[in-house]
Amino acid sequence: MVNERIFFRIFKDKLFKLSVIGFCFASILPLLFILFYIFKNGIAVINWQFLTELPKPVGEIGGGISNAIVGTVMLVLISSICSIPLGIGAGIYLSEHKQGKLSYAVRLCVEILQGIPSIVIGIIAYVWIVMPLRTFSAVSGGIALGIMMLPIIVRSTEETLKLIPESLKEASLALGVPYYKTIMKVIVPAGLSGIVTAVIISVARVAGETAPLLFTAFGNPFMNINILKPVNSLPLLVFNYAASPYPEWHALAWGASLVLAVLVLTLNVLARIFTKKWKVQF
Amino acid sequence: METELNTGASSLLEFSGIDRSREKDFRFDPFAAPESVFKAVLFGSALCMVLLLLCIFLTLLINSLPSIKEFGFRFFYGKTWNPVTGEFGALPFLVGTLITSFLSLAISLPFSLSLSIFLGEYSTKGTVASLLQSAIELLAGIPSVIYGFWGLFILVPIVRSIEIKLGVTPIGVGIFTSALVLSIMIIPYAASLGREVIRLVPDELKEAAYSLGATRFEVIKKVILPYVISGITAGNLLALGRAIGETMAVTMVIGNSNVIPKSIFAPANTMASVIANEFTEATDDIYLSSLVEIGLLLFMVTMVINIVGKQIIKKMSVQV
Amino acid sequence: MKKLLIISALSVTVLFYFAGLPTYASEKELLGAGATFPFPLYSKMFDTYYQTNKVKINYQAIGSGGGIQQLISKTVDFGGTDAFMNARELKKAELPILHIPTCLGAVVVTYNLPDKPKLKFTPDVIADIFLGKITKWSDPRITAVNPEVKLPDMGIVVVHRSDGSGTTFIFSDYLNKVSKEWAFKVGADKSLNWPAGLGAKGNPGVAGLVNQTPGAIGYVELIYTIQNNMPAGLIKNKAGNFIEPSLPSVSVAANVDLPDDTRVSLTNTDAAEGYPISGFTWLVFYKEQNYAERSKEKAEELLKLLWWMIHDGQQFTAPLHYSPVPPKAVEKAEKILGSVTYENVPLLKK
Repeated sequence: MVNERIFFRIFKDKLFKLSVIGFCFASILPLLFILFYIFKNGIAVINWQFLTELPKPVGEIGGGISNAIVGTVMLVLISSICSIPLGIGAGIYLSEHKQGKLSYAVRLCVEILQGIPSIVIGIIAYVWIVMPLRTFSAVSGGIALGIMMLPIIVRSTEETLKLIPESLKEASLALGVPYYKTIMKVIVPAGLSGIVTAVIISVARVAGETAPLLFTAFGNPFMNINILKPVNSLPLLVFNYAASPYPEWHALAWGASLVLAVLVLTLNVLARIFTKKWKVQF
Repeated sequence: METELNTGASSLLEFSGIDRSREKDFRFDPFAAPESVFKAVLFGSALCMVLLLLCIFLTLLINSLPSIKEFGFRFFYGKTWNPVTGEFGALPFLVGTLITSFLSLAISLPFSLSLSIFLGEYSTKGTVASLLQSAIELLAGIPSVIYGFWGLFILVPIVRSIEIKLGVTPIGVGIFTSALVLSIMIIPYAASLGREVIRLVPDELKEAAYSLGATRFEVIKKVILPYVISGITAGNLLALGRAIGETMAVTMVIGNSNVIPKSIFAPANTMASVIANEFTEATDDIYLSSLVEIGLLLFMVTMVINIVGKQIIKKMSVQV
Repeated sequence: MKKLLIISALSVTVLFYFAGLPTYASEKELLGAGATFPFPLYSKMFDTYYQTNKVKINYQAIGSGGGIQQLISKTVDFGGTDAFMNARELKKAELPILHIPTCLGAVVVTYNLPDKPKLKFTPDVIADIFLGKITKWSDPRITAVNPEVKLPDMGIVVVHRSDGSGTTFIFSDYLNKVSKEWAFKVGADKSLNWPAGLGAKGNPGVAGLVNQTPGAIGYVELIYTIQNNMPAGLIKNKAGNFIEPSLPSVSVAANVDLPDDTRVSLTNTDAAEGYPISGFTWLVFYKEQNYAERSKEKAEELLKLLWWMIHDGQQFTAPLHYSPVPPKAVEKAEKILGSVTYENVPLLKK
């Protein structure tokens, strides 16, 4: 009788293992599914013309997504300029002041900021920038994206810098190096891999954001490099074209999705390589 | 020479833990040493985070005041969202959000749990593990508009054929489809966190159980899971927060109907998707203010969920 | 540290250089937003205008409601709407706003049925379908009007607009006139409390969703059904004739006396051969162009564009199945454009 119970328990064990493995690989299926479709439908559309031309009027064949690519690059640049200095500064502060009322408040606020839905940030950017400036613009979209990048950069900077042993800072200070130079020239470079990784990951995140751009960057059928004017972006293009009835636009949307997916995936891989190769070991 | 010594000395004091930064005067004196400028910059950046959040909250609050004054609590149980008559009740969106989020959480649970257990217990290292890990990160990295696009063109026809088999009107879009897309999107969040907490289970506990003759399954079921239950809950709570705030993928496949949905296959709207649909054209102050109030609600709900989730995680790490 | 400062200072300067760079070109750019109804037409018009006049017109089709709201917020130079602004909206704008019609179109009832039959509809049937009272294609009231067609026993899936739409306004304005129950329960506006159905964004969204959903029925501008090979129902007008939506039937419906501000509804026309759900679409803009620090050049560019749209631009209407603005309306529009001022001086030098 003891033997039989053992077999039943072993059976349950094997069954469990099988179902866990099954579910695991089932969870990967959607990923493969999505990547497959994007690749299959997108690759048919991508050619030099696609990447360099402007979209054509409704219903006409041809046209490209060049303005969306430029727009995405612009938005990412603006959001990086806004968020990187501020984020790194706050991260350094947090890693230097582990206790303290302000540190506690800042950590709490950063956590809350990270959880804010992107559409709410779009509302904020509309009220703060679009309304006073009386125009939709790339800069308002960039700032919205910048707000979204901040929490990631702050937390990663703090985490990375915390890992650096105090002895490094001590040695530098003991040698008479001023505090600010110690931080900027010794500590930060030591943690650079983590910080750069954080930047890359947050860029990958906001490059694909659409919701905050709906009422800030607004969209533009033409090429635009003026930050005070509306601008198109890859996710906006996918959103607008996907919901339309025109097959030409659907094809463009698949192509744009492929470009966007490749961009995001490349950035993620880059971040990985960075962490492995450049990480300073202690 | 003297300056350097002084700087060294003050830095030693900092090292010893005595916080001298508060003793310094932070008035911006252009002739001060770069030191206090630098410290002020750091302090300012940190302060900015707090100020930013406060301003966001205040902006949302101030812009919702007209509709808060007008509707009060009626806003939360009013069933009609009628821009024509100016009567705005947010119940359809609350219901829509709740159903889609919880349904997506339920659907994703077995998958994220399996991933956590597999990566935390069965296979923590090796090529399979790292491949799986990368796959999860890729899933999290795909932009939500692409999920929506894919959902609209690939998933919706599939759901439509399911609906035909079930004898329901084959709309294709609706709560069920959005819950499906959402569940795929939130798997990475719960899975990563779950994996972390499962790894944290002390080996001695597991060893003890094995030495008593338990099978792997029994160890997982009776030792690991009870130990990490709060961590898993926290992870799923965070995933829920993500699902509630998700906009683009939902907008594209939910059917955009402002009535309370009658079944899982019915079209609906969530708080996030109604804002995306109607914000640019709210012509009345009340209309706009009602939409901002929904945004405020979203903000507070996600804030509470995130704080609770993070608190649980903190308690877990302290416990370890 | 120094390097960082230098680099950031440089990049900020570069960015603002780019921002200020095409200052001559920034005058040659106009921003518009609004109706999706005429979007295929505007898309073609603005593309041609750019080729010939080198002025960029960025028009985002976010729906008539959006166009009006953004004009009121002064974030765009002009708005596009198929629903002329009502008293409440004009009051909100504070400054006087003018309308000029740019073309005529038909709001057609389109549907997704196997074999794409050509169906006839009566006003009460349409109203009851969209009220959610008629739920199956095989309903006797539909088959009674279409005896030659074999209608399947499919459920009707209503598709309407999820955004603030002038097309919705034209459609509901028509239903208001032909169905007392509709007028009581729903009313006419750009955003409605729809009793049934799915919502989609913009005319393209509705067309797309109907196209993909078997058994669906929706209302879109004529061009969207032609471009996507979708059927358009014949509708019984006031005179009792079943009219097919087309250029001639829409033009006939527009043969009415226009008020001076051109704000008029063309639905439920009395004309015997007129299509009952026809409508103008307008561009709206401020009468006094010196607001929010607008430059005179910008105001002049806007006026040039508007003048072009009701004259040379009209050549693009017919190929895209829109009806051109009738001569009487062009006259009124010219007068309206003549009244646009900058600092109280009329801009038009004709």
